[in-house]
Amino acid sequence: MVGFIIRRVLWLIPVLFVVSLITFAFMHMVPGGPWSYEKQLNAGTINRLNAIYHLNDPIWQQYLTWLLGVLRFDFGPSFRYSDRTVNDILADGWLTTVHLGAMAFGLSVFVGIPLGIIGALGHNRLPDYVATAVSMVGIATPSFVLAILLIVIFSVGLDWFPSRGWKGPDTWVLPVVALSGYQIAQIARYTRASMLEVTRKDYVRTAHSKGIRNTAVVVRHMIRNALIPVITILGPILAFLVTGSFIIENFFGIPGIGRNYIAAIGGRDYSMIMATTIIYAFAVAFLNLIVDVMYAYIDPRIRYS
Amino acid sequence: MATQTKAIPNAPVAVRRSEGVWRDAWKRLRKNRLAIVGGFGVLLLAFAGIFGPMLAPHPYQVQDIAAVVANGNEPLPPFQDMNHPLGTDQLGRDLMSRLLDGAQVSLTVAMVVQLVVLFIGVPLGAIAGWVGGRLDTYLMRVTDIFYAFPDLLFIILMSVAFRETAFGRALNGVLLVFVAIGLTSWVTVARLVRGQLLSLKETEFVEAARAIGVNDRNIVTKHLLPNAIGPVIVAVTLGIPTAILAEATLAYLGIGVQPPRASWGTLINDGVNQIRVYPWLVLMPGTLIALSLMSFTFLGDGLRDALDPKLKGKQ
Repeated sequence: MVGFIIRRVLWLIPVLFVVSLITFAFMHMVPGGPWSYEKQLNAGTINRLNAIYHLNDPIWQQYLTWLLGVLRFDFGPSFRYSDRTVNDILADGWLTTVHLGAMAFGLSVFVGIPLGIIGALGHNRLPDYVATAVSMVGIATPSFVLAILLIVIFSVGLDWFPSRGWKGPDTWVLPVVALSGYQIAQIARYTRASMLEVTRKDYVRTAHSKGIRNTAVVVRHMIRNALIPVITILGPILAFLVTGSFIIENFFGIPGIGRNYIAAIGGRDYSMIMATTIIYAFAVAFLNLIVDVMYAYIDPRIRYS
Repeated sequence: MATQTKAIPNAPVAVRRSEGVWRDAWKRLRKNRLAIVGGFGVLLLAFAGIFGPMLAPHPYQVQDIAAVVANGNEPLPPFQDMNHPLGTDQLGRDLMSRLLDGAQVSLTVAMVVQLVVLFIGVPLGAIAGWVGGRLDTYLMRVTDIFYAFPDLLFIILMSVAFRETAFGRALNGVLLVFVAIGLTSWVTVARLVRGQLLSLKETEFVEAARAIGVNDRNIVTKHLLPNAIGPVIVAVTLGIPTAILAEATLAYLGIGVQPPRASWGTLINDGVNQIRVYPWLVLMPGTLIALSLMSFTFLGDGLRDALDPKLKGKQ
């Protein structure tokens, strides 16, 4: 098990290396540069700026400079904000992004799993139809459409929550719900299918025939086993919630790091593009690793060698 | 030959109608009401996507300024003027025509993305699963890298990077975005095919095929892949809503379909600022996205239940 974890952690290094290489190559293929403002700068200024930011170096040397910086956790200067480094910008934003993602994850799990269980226990009866309907709406509504609807109903119509900003619990509600809608539905669908599968298992019939109370069978035998496959999708979901929130951040004006990404591509802010991509790729790979480890911990039948 | 059998002419032969996997699956699919509803939705989208330009009352980019001016400079609401059955936007463009044009975009994204997925995912998965060993390890590491790439970031970066090339301009710039979406989604199918082949290559019919001297390529293409095709069909069907969703999200961010062409995502983006005054401009494309996502999901779920032999006889 320890060997498995070590190998997986070491494997992160080449993955991130290749991701950074591809991103770097693509990024420099983008036409225009960080200094292509609407007002043309004169050639001398551009040349001086290029010299300061090492953009006159050969491309491989630029990559090496960047790589050496990252090894010291220095993502370099921002090409857009002359007074701030990428580290400063990320330091300001990452807590907000993680906060938003964590709350959305919590909501997805605590609504999605019960919803799936309720659906399965009331199979083909009213609770099932209600739960299925809720998860269908969640699956079929893109997060930005959900965000629009939430704002129209709860901000414009009922005036319960503000439509923009990130200043206190009341501003958190709408973005968190908009971000979790799809994930709640996914988790509910998986949980329901998994619970239905477990219902047919011999050990459940045995538990019933031993005369164990129904609640105990459900809680101790069914839910515990049914949740194992659900855990596999929690990793991608958590990764998605942390990394996929940039549309919601954009929409609600939340000062996270995701919001910077689109702006960075538009402004050819090379160091910012690299930093966000690498951090997101790390988050995805790392969270999947955690899920694999958790998987073995929860299901003792799984052994990694 | 020690014994010889003599054929008896005109003897009554008991014909046992063989129930193939596909007929069986179709029988089960037919009984699944949601899947049939989803299937009809998919057919409807296909119909609208193929014949949309012919059905549209107007070309999607033509502005009927007179109608907007006559309405006090406001977009026509739906169901008011039979000339514009679903109303117009603020520029006087017929909404129904624009929605039908958007259906074509969604249909194209569904097909192009899944073609890319099949062309990359099936061969890579098949090679990894069949050859195994070190090659398998390397190929699976490649899928790890693509898996770790943040999808939307990759698509945005790629579409900006190649925008000015000939490939980037093809089909009004949408082909590039579709291929980029495909490049981020083939991993699931590759892993699926690999897993299938790993278990199938140990089966007796493969041993039999080998014993009669079938070569490797034919074993894979004629015996293994046809047997692995069920789960692939399910994965492809369930991958379509993800692709449509990605296209709509990108279009909403202004990446992909360029004006005056419309995609449902760009229609929402156009309408979002006036949602309080003209809610239908957002609600109609939003509903169409929701309905097509649901249709493909229902159909995909139904196909999975129909093709999954584990559930046979249990439901």
